[in-house]
Amino acid sequence: MTDFWSFAMEHHAEILSATLEHVQLVAIAMFFAILIGVPLGMFIVQRPAPRAIALGIAGIFQTIPSLALFGFLIPIPFIGGVGQRTAIVALTVYALLPILRNTCVGLAEIDPAVLESAEAMGMTQRQILFRVRFPLGLAVILAGVRTATIITIGVATIAAAIGAGGLGTFIFRGVALVNDALLLAGAIPAALLAILADFLLGQLERRLRVI
Amino acid sequence: MPVAASAENMIEIRGVSWRANPHSSKEILVDVSLAVPGGTTLVLLGRSGSGKTTLLKLVNGMLRPSSGEVRVEGRSTQEWDGIQLRRRIGYVIQDAGLFPHFTVAQNVGLVPGLEKWPAAKIAARVEEMLRLVGLEPREFSARRPRELSGGQRQRVGVARALAADPPILLMDEPFGALDPVTRAELQREFRALAQRLEKTIVFVTHDLREAMLLASDIVLLEKGRLVANGKPPDFLGLRHPEVRAFAAALELNGATA
Repeated sequence: MTDFWSFAMEHHAEILSATLEHVQLVAIAMFFAILIGVPLGMFIVQRPAPRAIALGIAGIFQTIPSLALFGFLIPIPFIGGVGQRTAIVALTVYALLPILRNTCVGLAEIDPAVLESAEAMGMTQRQILFRVRFPLGLAVILAGVRTATIITIGVATIAAAIGAGGLGTFIFRGVALVNDALLLAGAIPAALLAILADFLLGQLERRLRVI
Repeated sequence: MPVAASAENMIEIRGVSWRANPHSSKEILVDVSLAVPGGTTLVLLGRSGSGKTTLLKLVNGMLRPSSGEVRVEGRSTQEWDGIQLRRRIGYVIQDAGLFPHFTVAQNVGLVPGLEKWPAAKIAARVEEMLRLVGLEPREFSARRPRELSGGQRQRVGVARALAADPPILLMDEPFGALDPVTRAELQREFRALAQRLEKTIVFVTHDLREAMLLASDIVLLEKGRLVANGKPPDFLGLRHPEVRAFAAALELNGATA
């Protein structure tokens, strides 16, 4: 640990910039995952066949070991190559399943009496989706975003293997040099980021759940 | 209650059968015919599973008859646009089905809002409706449903159903989940309200006492069939075994109450 502290003091600027790089990777991937996952979830929630297909595909991506997924993407044109862009694609794909699944669950599991009266009041399916299902399912959707964010913060450390930077850079170097101080300089900030994200999103979720 | 082709009948149900899907042999409703003249209250009485709620949902087009025809204001529900039809029909259910994320005022103003009334007109209407059901607007408008008692939630449910001034009200055991004192209170108030507003009402219950209090006509359903009907004083005298069963249960309740 003393090694780590002296390393951290010496290289605090590098650690900080790697942390920011890491946050940037996660934030961009989460932005796209939410942008794709939530509307897709809204689209498939009442369509059983597309729902099974979308959840199935997202589930399969989740089972591919993350390092392998990064590797597979490299040779693919446009989205592949070495660097941040490939990493963001892989991270987005990983984050998709929890968001998609929670969006479906959140929108589907609404009090049947509320849905029955919404329909009986003469609301269209679209109005029910946006004005009843979505606001009432928001806390569950956000729980999915929270899970996805924590997963992404962890998986993003592997992005360093394909040259995307971030805190994984220290971890890979630490492993290669059998140097604990380097390893911890990557691992500790990543863990702290995950704890912080969990706390902040948890607060937001609780506020929405009060309804 | 013979079914005559009359313009005075707000609701006519002609030989309606219904099953959950075309392949199912189990009919939830079997050849039901009845008519509800404008301004009257029809009570559908029956045990759980007798098809009362199904019949109600056939009236506002949430379900389509497997055979036969349901006519509302002289037009078949197949011809009506479902959304337009339902906005002309108030609907109240047992646990009110209020939107938990809406305030009382937003819940009551829902259908006028869907019908794109101007905001000021909606606000005035919401106040009027809350007063009508005995809730002081200043005290209740901003509350959420979870901040209300069961009786208050039902009052809001009735106010919401009446807000767009629909000619027809469908009520599915609206007072069923309330304590006996609150239930009696709401029944009395609702009867006065119904007489004053001249709405055409179809009211589902399994409580014969409630049926006797509120009905212009009572129709008894047993296993999806219409087995007896009559006006409140006469209905109790009918000899059909299911009527006798309900009457016996009423006497038993009366003795223990």
